[in-house]
Amino acid sequence: MGVASRFILRRRGGKSWHWTDIVTWVWLVGGLIIMFGPAVWLAFSSFKTPAALAEFPPSILPYVTSQATVQGYDKPLQLFEAKMPDGSTKVLAEVRRIGLVAQMVDPTTPGEIVRVNIGDRTPVRSVSFATENYTTPFTQFDFLRYLWNSVFVTVTATLITLIVNSMAAFALSKYEFRGRSLAMLIILATLMVPLSVIMVPLYSIISSLGLFNNLWGVILPTVATPTGVFILRQYMLTIPDELIDAARMDKASEWQIYWRIVLPLTAPALAVLAIFSVVWRWNDFLWPLIVLSRRELYTLQVGLSIYSGELNVQWHFILAMTVVTMIPVVLVFIFLQRFITTGIAGTGLK
Amino acid sequence: MSTTSLTDRLGSLLMAPVHLLMRIIDIPLRAVQKTAGIGGMAAVFLAPNMLIFGIFVLLPLVINFVYSMTGGTAFFLSERNFIGAEQYQRLFTCTNYLDPMSCQEDAFWTAVGNTFWFVILQVALMIGLSLITALILNRDLAARSFWRAVFFFPVLLSPVVVGLIWKWILQRQGLLNFGLYQFGIEPYTWLTDRNWTFIATIGVSIWAHMGLYTLILLAGLQAIPKDLYEAAEMDGTKPARVFRRITLPLLAPNLLVVVVLALIKAVQIFDEVYVLTGGGPGTSTLYLTQYIYETGFASTLRNPGLAAAASILMGLVLVVLTLIQLGIGQRGEKKGKR
Repeated sequence: MGVASRFILRRRGGKSWHWTDIVTWVWLVGGLIIMFGPAVWLAFSSFKTPAALAEFPPSILPYVTSQATVQGYDKPLQLFEAKMPDGSTKVLAEVRRIGLVAQMVDPTTPGEIVRVNIGDRTPVRSVSFATENYTTPFTQFDFLRYLWNSVFVTVTATLITLIVNSMAAFALSKYEFRGRSLAMLIILATLMVPLSVIMVPLYSIISSLGLFNNLWGVILPTVATPTGVFILRQYMLTIPDELIDAARMDKASEWQIYWRIVLPLTAPALAVLAIFSVVWRWNDFLWPLIVLSRRELYTLQVGLSIYSGELNVQWHFILAMTVVTMIPVVLVFIFLQRFITTGIAGTGLK
Repeated sequence: MSTTSLTDRLGSLLMAPVHLLMRIIDIPLRAVQKTAGIGGMAAVFLAPNMLIFGIFVLLPLVINFVYSMTGGTAFFLSERNFIGAEQYQRLFTCTNYLDPMSCQEDAFWTAVGNTFWFVILQVALMIGLSLITALILNRDLAARSFWRAVFFFPVLLSPVVVGLIWKWILQRQGLLNFGLYQFGIEPYTWLTDRNWTFIATIGVSIWAHMGLYTLILLAGLQAIPKDLYEAAEMDGTKPARVFRRITLPLLAPNLLVVVVLALIKAVQIFDEVYVLTGGGPGTSTLYLTQYIYETGFASTLRNPGLAAAASILMGLVLVVLTLIQLGIGQRGEKKGKR
């Protein structure tokens, strides 16, 4: 503890604390709470039963009230810790409540009924994780289907993006041809054409191609990313042309050069693009919302938003499915965060 | 040693079909190369990307203009009738240009007004907070990459998840009311209040995106030569003056890029707001993209031509912002060359 705190609180040159150090630490710890807190809160909430979710003030951990089956009663009864007239406390089961008085029985001696003022008792509660919040949407709703749709869209779109973008980047970085700068200019100019500007005509194109209500209608418009071409081209420019010339001497075809020489050397940039693409496609919302109108085709994002917008929101399911939707991104964040942060800092693109 | 060779073998086993596929693709492509020549292969490599790009980005961009000059509810162009600039006229028909409610398309102007105030407030606050965070992260911190990751975390979350996280916090039994309850403040339904909902959309979008801008600004700060600061320290310059005379001028190009980037993103705000508020209550958080989406697709009185016209107007704003960004980038490059 001492070593750890000294490491964390170490000051440059062992100087004493300055007011800016205090501001720094308040800012960082505040940031930690504000940035992580909401997601953690959601994750904790996702394990609560509907009854616990409706509680105010809410508890942090998911509690449930303990119940017990008592001889002579059909339904399980709720357990309470009751203060007895003689000052001792006893665990009793509630039979019924009339006004301010509860009729209770001792589970060990179910015969006699004890009357307890409801102010003198507190429910016996224990931590319990409502895992049915997770299992029910998968087994009884279509969420397994949505999960599969999301995975299919993400993986397919990313693979096509990598292939198509790397081929274009190869052509734009390693060949001299007429119209190269024009092609580059078009790609750069449309770097900023957002979906919201072209969604109406894009929809008509998708439906005239018969891709409305089709996962390919979600995938295809996203794969020719200008960002990807741009990142990969910048990287391929650093590959020496001599390598390619040497391969040509050895009678390698252009396709072989692309596949056997250029692609393996571009691996770091491809990895960055792959991570970006996975996060982009997993998170896509507006376009799938437009293209997919049949329930069995929804991606997780669309399914979640539709379910959460319904009149009687079943929050316990929504929260659990939100956590499921969050998992891949959290995994990417934990394991690949360094690639992403250096990728963004290097190119300024997201 | 044996484990690496095992994984290698497994890898080559998995890649074997891919290699085979590539070899099969090579056969026709060799024939193409023979007729087209090495230079002609560039077109082959460029073709798939440009084809997809052309169909799904360039073509829509062009026919969007045609769309905006047609009327009716049909989506196929052949079923739509040409009406000239009528859609634009409809958007711009107002009795009083200062009052959105007096316009024929009052929803459009409400959305424009909402988006305008959202963009101004969100970008100003977010860039301010990002700058402060970047300055703090640029200090001599232990575990800096951890702290950087903390602020970056929400950037990766999907907008739908962001919307739901905050919907859960802002609802009546939510965490915010619980926190305020500790100070004796009664629970409030934040998402039914017009003003609070507007503020919530700003706050939530800042929460979700500030990490990106912090990261870019931090990279800019770290590129400032350290010896400048050392020289200033030797001269005994006050920190405020160091910030004004060294940090701010040298960070200015980055700051401009970040502001324009944030503006471009803010104008298009949709996903998280749609999930969080659905544009409501009333039209208090109806922003432009949602207006276009609802006019084009969702509403029963859908009017794709009107949506196209509105999207072109929005596109014009984005083009101006992008040109500014490219201009800044070019100036920065020239400076760097000198």
